[in-house]
Amino acid sequence: MVKPTRVTNSIRALRFAHDELTQAELARRIGVTRQTVIAIEQGKYSPSLELAFQIAHVFRVPLENVFHYPEVP
Amino acid sequence: MAFEEKRAWIMLVVSVCAYAVYAVIILGRASGASLTEVPYAATLLWSVGAAIVISIVLNIVVSIASGGPAKKDQRDREIGRLGDYIGQSFVVIGGVTALLMALAKMPYFWIANAVYLAFVLSAVLGSIAKIFAYRKGFQTW
Repeated sequence: MVKPTRVTNSIRALRFAHDELTQAELARRIGVTRQTVIAIEQGKYSPSLELAFQIAHVFRVPLENVFHYPEVP
Repeated sequence: MAFEEKRAWIMLVVSVCAYAVYAVIILGRASGASLTEVPYAATLLWSVGAAIVISIVLNIVVSIASGGPAKKDQRDREIGRLGDYIGQSFVVIGGVTALLMALAKMPYFWIANAVYLAFVLSAVLGSIAKIFAYRKGFQTW
């Protein structure tokens, strides 16, 4: 039923690089629940483009530093 | 567990239990006789009413235990729409089935029960879809 996404992310690494930002604090800043942040981190939920930009803005990095998609060979 | 996932569990469990109790009562009354002769209307209405009231009470209890109702976010809304989409298909199937049964002049018992079963299946499968999406993942890209 659920097609696995090829989109990966570096949210966990970015959180630790930003003074160990908690999932709860990241969730508060982007206006979602902590469960949704957990689902995004684990690749179980692909956020909307707007939410993806909001996450990138929290870490002050470009979107491609947060989300990655494999190059087509 | 997300608050909306808890709500989906409540809907699933209450719907299944209410229908199971209803089915046991009606089948017990029939005890071999024709089901169309069994008085069912009051039991059906009580079953539906009790399921609604119990769901509301459990939602309030879970909400209080969770420290107030959690605000729905983007993921909750998208998973909610998926569950509703799947559940509503069974409401349509139930409506069409009831229409065809009425045109075929079938007993009211079977028409009412076909619609009730469709409502239950709608709630059950919609809830399962939501729970599955929360547990296994949900992709929009």
